[in-house]
Amino acid sequence: MRLKHKDLLGLEYLDRDEINLILETAKPFKELFTRSVKKVPPLRGKTVVLLFYEPSTRTRVSFELAAKRLSADVLNISAATSSVAKGESLVDTAKTLEAMKADFVVIRHSMAGAPQILARTITASIINAGDGTHEHPTQGLLDMFTIWEKKGSLSDLKVAIVGDILHSRVARSNIWGLNKMGAKVYVVGPATLIPPRIEEMGVKVYYELGEIIEELDVINILRIQMERQKENLFPTLREYNEIFGITEERLKRAKKDLLVMHPGPMNRGIEISSSVADSSRSVITEQVTNGIAVRMAVLYLLAGGDSQGVKQ
Amino acid sequence: MKLVIRNGRVVDPKNKIDRKVDILIENGKIVKIGESTQFRPGDVTRSTVTIDATEKVVAPGLIDMHTHLREPGREDEETIASGTRAAAQGGFTSICCMPNTQPVIDSVSGVKFISTTASQEGVVNVYPIGSITKAQKGEELAEIGKMRIAGIVGISDDGSPVMNTQIMRRALEYAKMFNLPVISHCEDLNLSMDGVMNEGFTSTILGLKGIPRQAEEIIVARDIALAELTGGKLHLAHISTRRSVELICQAKRKKVKVTCETAPHYFSLSEEDVRDYNTNTKTNPPLRTKDDIKALCEGLADGTIDCIASDHAPHLEEEKDLEYNIAPFGIIGLETMVPLIITNLVNRKILGLGEAIAKLTVNPANILGLEKGSLSIGSDADITIIDLNLRKRIGNEFISQSRNSPFIGMELQGFPVATIVGGRVVMENGKIV
Repeated sequence: MRLKHKDLLGLEYLDRDEINLILETAKPFKELFTRSVKKVPPLRGKTVVLLFYEPSTRTRVSFELAAKRLSADVLNISAATSSVAKGESLVDTAKTLEAMKADFVVIRHSMAGAPQILARTITASIINAGDGTHEHPTQGLLDMFTIWEKKGSLSDLKVAIVGDILHSRVARSNIWGLNKMGAKVYVVGPATLIPPRIEEMGVKVYYELGEIIEELDVINILRIQMERQKENLFPTLREYNEIFGITEERLKRAKKDLLVMHPGPMNRGIEISSSVADSSRSVITEQVTNGIAVRMAVLYLLAGGDSQGVKQ
Repeated sequence: MKLVIRNGRVVDPKNKIDRKVDILIENGKIVKIGESTQFRPGDVTRSTVTIDATEKVVAPGLIDMHTHLREPGREDEETIASGTRAAAQGGFTSICCMPNTQPVIDSVSGVKFISTTASQEGVVNVYPIGSITKAQKGEELAEIGKMRIAGIVGISDDGSPVMNTQIMRRALEYAKMFNLPVISHCEDLNLSMDGVMNEGFTSTILGLKGIPRQAEEIIVARDIALAELTGGKLHLAHISTRRSVELICQAKRKKVKVTCETAPHYFSLSEEDVRDYNTNTKTNPPLRTKDDIKALCEGLADGTIDCIASDHAPHLEEEKDLEYNIAPFGIIGLETMVPLIITNLVNRKILGLGEAIAKLTVNPANILGLEKGSLSIGSDADITIIDLNLRKRIGNEFISQSRNSPFIGMELQGFPVATIVGGRVVMENGKIV
């Protein structure tokens, strides 16, 4: 089996079988990390461009390692150092990359839909590494991979996503993906940070974690951005922490094997307490490792690889 | 000079005509309408130019009461010359241009510039609209009276609506003396802030900031209340939501002096058309939902919505070919308006042909106080001929200098085939003469 599209723009556009394929493919790649030589050859001779219009360390480094472990050549372009700063349009940048014969363009952008613009302008495979408040599909995939590995399956699991859902591309990708895989998704946060009509995506909305804490298998805690306070979306960070911050106390009634996740970077003491972040329930550092494996799987499959090849 | 239009189906809502008659034009005026047998020898001579309108509709020249010609200031996007040609191509003989140019048309000199340039370079009648406030800043009233004397037909801060309720009250009160309509762009700027599309399920999944429908409806309600308070003449521009239609319907029942328009994109497209982030769907107010389309159709059918106007808003390809968040609002509409009305309203039996033509002729003429919009004997020979059967795919080429249309690639039916302004043929068979 192979992926149906040349690009990975969002989990909205993948079906259940494709998600399964990516998760299955990531598994042998992760096993590779325990070996002394962590590099395999399937992308030898291919060029992967990391086009980052937003500062990012975690995602960029993860993609860079994934591409290098597949033996691809990697080119980093960040908004601060390129013609982007001189006012070149996204379409012109795309055409330049096309002329340089890039095989993959991994794009991070502050505006929703930027990867779509690239995808319809050039023939390279486009991977969305986060576009505005739209999607962050590889984060969604690595979150699902992490859950799947720990729980054995995704179907019928109860997953809460807590925090600023409105501005979260991670939340949107998780919702699309988890729903397709048969999990039940709850979103929890201040009413001002819940996007309109999100229920129609197939989630239940709560303003109080206490109502559902006992049933949960997974809690995925989102980063709260300091700027939101200035937009009058909540009064103070202290109040946010008081009502929505995840502490040991708040998790008291939770299942013993509840998984605690966070896409990072964390604001300790605001959306998550240090004791929760460092507890045995936390899989936050494992998410980082899994991110590389999942991104290798995505690159490998978009390059035309199939599930057979990787096992040999 | 004489011109005769023969064998067409003449539809003139003002004079309640809908039958096959011939029209005789002399020296730019309509001099005779009737069966060819009623014409006397000498009415049509060898030098009379004949236009054969067999199987076509002959209507009073169409009026678009809401266009942006961009001159002065953004002649790269559109000029009075190119915009009036686009209007002629689209079947319009008269257009009103909004004052949000650079500089804003807020004084007599601005009004004179538009009128002079239009008479020298334009091919259709151009009626300027002046601003409500100086530089459209929403702070001080512009010289509305002096602009009226110079020829404006309405006032509007289209594009940057008057947020100060007191100033809007004064504008309605003051403009009442001149019987000038105050054309309101209804948008609560605090509520719509930074939004780029309709707020709802689609904006949520696309991750684009929404503009709630209430941003429009709150100002619709406010301005209706002010029209009631002042007795001023209020015209609401580009109405796009169900509740706006309901509020206007109620107000009309209470005899408030309010009229309104919608634009073809609001009854032809919905927020779902934003799905692929095509910036040619980015417009203000934003494309709404299927339910709003239904309400607009009902409002058009029952007469709540008086007019259809293009809100023709040209932008360069370079400006539009950007991320959805930063591309400018606006889409061009002059050249696609008639086929959209025929295809989506007339052919679907939402409006009769006469009702549709009324919304493009007599109704805007009444609102603006223009001696236009009918085929009455003695009136200016402004005439549009439409081929209801002509089917075409909208291509990438426009007479307008801009190409920001979401209708490119769409197959539509019912196109204007001739535009006659003051007895002069300015467009024939889809070509500007």
